[in-house]
Amino acid sequence: MIRFLSLIAIIVTFAASASAQEAAGESRASTGGAQTLADILERQEGLKVDETFRSEATGNPDAAAPITNQLGTLGGASDPELWRAYRFGSADISTQSRGPAATTVIQDGGMWWLEFREDTLLTIAVYLLGGTFLALALFYLVRGKIRIGGQKTGRTITRFKAFERFGHWLLASSFIVLGITGLFSLFGRKVLIPLFGHETFSFIAVGSKWVHNNIAWAFIIALIIIFFAWVVHNLPDRTDLRWLAKAGGLFGGEHPPAKKFNAGQKLIFWAVIVLGGSISVSGLSLLFPFEYNLFGHTFSTLNSWGVPGWFGASDLPFPLQPQEEMQYAQLWHALVSLILTAIIFAHIYLGSVGMEGAFDAMGKGEVEEQWAREHHSLWVQDVLGPDDNEKEKV
Amino acid sequence: MKPFILAIFALVVISFGANQILLNSGFSSADAGTSHENVRLSN
Repeated sequence: MIRFLSLIAIIVTFAASASAQEAAGESRASTGGAQTLADILERQEGLKVDETFRSEATGNPDAAAPITNQLGTLGGASDPELWRAYRFGSADISTQSRGPAATTVIQDGGMWWLEFREDTLLTIAVYLLGGTFLALALFYLVRGKIRIGGQKTGRTITRFKAFERFGHWLLASSFIVLGITGLFSLFGRKVLIPLFGHETFSFIAVGSKWVHNNIAWAFIIALIIIFFAWVVHNLPDRTDLRWLAKAGGLFGGEHPPAKKFNAGQKLIFWAVIVLGGSISVSGLSLLFPFEYNLFGHTFSTLNSWGVPGWFGASDLPFPLQPQEEMQYAQLWHALVSLILTAIIFAHIYLGSVGMEGAFDAMGKGEVEEQWAREHHSLWVQDVLGPDDNEKEKV
Repeated sequence: MKPFILAIFALVVISFGANQILLNSGFSSADAGTSHENVRLSN
């Protein structure tokens, strides 16, 4: 009897499995035009599903029975048809709020963003920032502090004027505060709430948001200041190639000649300007929600140039719903900020514990002449003049 | 050291100043996200 029941159980199990496979492959006609099991399974796997079969099936008010009929007040759309109209943005919606996104009652494409923001983005942040920190710690252990090689002269040269240092510190202080408050927002749900609880995190989150939103202006102003103060000194030239070929003497050997800024500093400068500018623009898009939509137009332009095809990808989504614009802006803002933060980690390291005498440039504005000769020999010649420089050599 | 202290001072002034300017210019989230019109009357 037990054997018989076991046999029945096996047959039923395999029959159900086969039935499910058949259902997955069933045609639209077999469901009367409704979605199939294959559609549902594809959606659950996060695959793109062709929604055209139902996006237009939102009823027909013109076909409604006249009000004189018994069922006339039901109108020309069933509940499912009405919900489809909400989902695919064709419903005639009136709201008290008149914002651009107010009439999007259901945003159908937001789950991938939520999953990416709650999981993948945090993983990227941990690996990028943690990896950079560990790499710098390892470099410090192997290379040690880069010392001034020659005899110190006891004389100093003015490296940066007060206005330059003001711009630098305004940018640095705003960036550090923005970075910390940004990470509070990014890791709040996963890290801070489990650590401090909802009430404490609520206080931190509200404060972080206020600080992040308002200090952003100081960052933008400082970015403009340092751009105009230093752009002339950061234009690439031939000395940069030699500097890069010797990796700036970071791994030993002599320091290659450099002007006011060496190639490494120029790379940092342009990274700050380009990535910082991009962070500012996407931040403004987030600061004034739905007012400045960046991604729909960009995606459309890239599609028209065929850029996604160069990488074997399908066209980028277009048009975007207002919420999707904000989702892309948030991801872009966070990702570019994380990349810039990793770069700034290296900048902070070399400007402080990594190199003897480097901090004085921004701390006091004056640097030891020997330090300047070793790291910016061409700039020293410009500042002291060739005659003075030769005298020093003698 | 003076430029650093001045930068921190400017940071605070710019932050509070920007906040006040935006609030008084009708860019608060309350102003930007709601309408004073009654949806039932206007529609």
